[in-house]
Amino acid sequence: MNFFTRMVLAQMMLGLNNGAFYAILSLGLAVIFGQLNIINFAHGAFYMLGAFVALLGYTSLSVLPGLAGFHMNYWEALLIAPLVVGLLGMLIERTMIRHLYKLGNLYGLLLTFGIALIIQGLFTNYFNVSGTSYNAMPDILRGTVNLGFMRFPTYRLWSIIISLGVCLGTWLIVERTKLGSYLRAGTENADLVQAFGVNVPLMISLTYGFGVGLAAFAGVVAAPIYSVSPIMGEEMIITVFAVVVIGGMGSIMGAIITGLCLGMLEGLTKVIYPPAANTVIFFMMIVVLLVKPTGLFGKDQYGE
Amino acid sequence: MKKHLIQAVAIVLLLGLAPLANAAGIRNGVVKIGVLTDMSGVYSAIGGKGSVVAAKMAVADFGGKVLGKPIEVLSADHQNKPDIASAKARDWADTDHVDMIIDLLNSGCGLAVQKIGAEKKVIIINTGAGATALTNEQCSPYGIHYVYDTYALPKVAASSIVKHGGKTWFFLTADYAFGHSLEENTAAFVKADGGKILGQVLHPLSTSDFSSYLLQAQASKAKVIGLANAGGDFINAVKQAREFGIVKGGQTIAGLLVFLTDVKSLGLEAAQGMEFATAFYWDRNKASREWSKRYFAKTGAMPTMDQAGVYSGTMNYLKAIKAAGTDDPDAVMKAFRAMKINDFFAVNGHLRRDGTMVHDMFLVKVKKPSESKGPWDLLKIVRQVPGDQAFMPMSQGNCPLVKGKK
Repeated sequence: MNFFTRMVLAQMMLGLNNGAFYAILSLGLAVIFGQLNIINFAHGAFYMLGAFVALLGYTSLSVLPGLAGFHMNYWEALLIAPLVVGLLGMLIERTMIRHLYKLGNLYGLLLTFGIALIIQGLFTNYFNVSGTSYNAMPDILRGTVNLGFMRFPTYRLWSIIISLGVCLGTWLIVERTKLGSYLRAGTENADLVQAFGVNVPLMISLTYGFGVGLAAFAGVVAAPIYSVSPIMGEEMIITVFAVVVIGGMGSIMGAIITGLCLGMLEGLTKVIYPPAANTVIFFMMIVVLLVKPTGLFGKDQYGE
Repeated sequence: MKKHLIQAVAIVLLLGLAPLANAAGIRNGVVKIGVLTDMSGVYSAIGGKGSVVAAKMAVADFGGKVLGKPIEVLSADHQNKPDIASAKARDWADTDHVDMIIDLLNSGCGLAVQKIGAEKKVIIINTGAGATALTNEQCSPYGIHYVYDTYALPKVAASSIVKHGGKTWFFLTADYAFGHSLEENTAAFVKADGGKILGQVLHPLSTSDFSSYLLQAQASKAKVIGLANAGGDFINAVKQAREFGIVKGGQTIAGLLVFLTDVKSLGLEAAQGMEFATAFYWDRNKASREWSKRYFAKTGAMPTMDQAGVYSGTMNYLKAIKAAGTDDPDAVMKAFRAMKINDFFAVNGHLRRDGTMVHDMFLVKVKKPSESKGPWDLLKIVRQVPGDQAFMPMSQGNCPLVKGKK
């Protein structure tokens, strides 16, 4: 293998790593949009919250009475953070977002954007914006693996595998199970599904909780790689929205595939012309919007 | 008739005395100091609320009054946007009659506000921004560059690294004015000391994933990877360099603008062994320790060089007012230039004609986790570099004020 091929393969792997994060975040957005018709601008804030639950669980829980000496480890954080953040999401859905379903989705966007600003502002007030290291990475995931063309950090390999696993699991649940069929039916005609005895409002709350739980999960997976900072979600969310626009709102497989492909495209750009790395996705977005405004995998809601 | 006469006399007296009141003493009966900084963005941990605390501590330590008149501290968030910074500075100068603005913390904001200071005769003490333009082509008779600049930091760090074997360099550079100027200055010092530049890669501001750039740096086989960036970009780059085993593979990471909060964020495990230049470290001597502990008690964090600089700058500004016997900006600047500045922050400091506050700089090294005795025991001082060797000589600069004097 010559130098250039090795370099390209290496960058593709790194792109896949970022793409896995894009996929899991845009997947959550797609699920929420599909069910609630809400463009969830608070998604980045929940991603950040997930990372903070992991961080604070590891460093700060032990000061609470009855928990002396307790440090939530990485594996526990992978489960607990999405649950905690998911419950918070459900609370927000029940108390605030619920009132906006009858209005246009611009109102939901504004509300969730406001929620994101409040959460982020609170964390900026109490935590270092330049970030804090999360040091609870399990020993088994430290070090590097030889992939033949490069030595790849074990943790990054793990983060690709676990993210893809969660993405596929979600796709299976929504597309291939009875619960999923209720969800999809609820999107088409909520009144009719309710008439069959399904508790649609509860289903909607659970969907929102699940969607933001996915964001929190991505936050925990990202915590050992990036610094945990109050603005980590803000930086991520804009790119992820571009991914969703390119993939098409509401398509689950579309969100997953687009996330992965755009991650790799970004990786390649970093070798070929580095200064364009953070604009290439937006360039793609413009092209897609011109050629196919509903997105690569989006359905034309008027054409059918 | 008599009433009119009294009025006339009163008016004449007032008119006659007004210029006198301006020439000496405190105008408007109060000295106002404005801390203009980043309160919520990427640089807020470096300055932000800590800078406001530092300025208030200086005022309290000075006694709360100068020449018998009260001192007031105002603060505002410039959000790292030069237009907001300029609007606030104008507002402060015109309606609040602010006498001095300190911190700035961002070169774009710093340059914009210094221009307004020159126009409105408001003294600007820049402790946070690094651009050398502040004391060169855009220097101002009322502008003071107090803590560090993008010449002094790489001068101190790069020369030392090259002399100790780091002959080949590869740069990771933030793709905006600050990154470019930092890289350019550093490259010049590296070459001057016999080193070689093997390549560079530009990355966008606020990048979270540096792995691609790091692989390119690794492939270059350069001995030293110079990080011409700051804050979150710097932290992520160092963290990920460790993940890819770059330091273990024998390459050195050189941070070109590092604040104490960055080292704290990274943790010693990731940052150990790194050398960089700084204007201040809290654990340098007894005076710096004493002040920093008082600061710590108020904020819960040890001060960065910017925050310590805000205290020192405010304190010496008040001393200059006292020495001048007035807060008239021309007289204060004259008194400031005549002072020797030596305190817990500045060593052998003096204010030059071009606005640079020349003082000794320090080359520091991040401790190993085993060497650290506490959560803020992070650095050890390797070398003290005299100010005239660290800062750009005025003869090399192009400040019109200096040329005019010749």
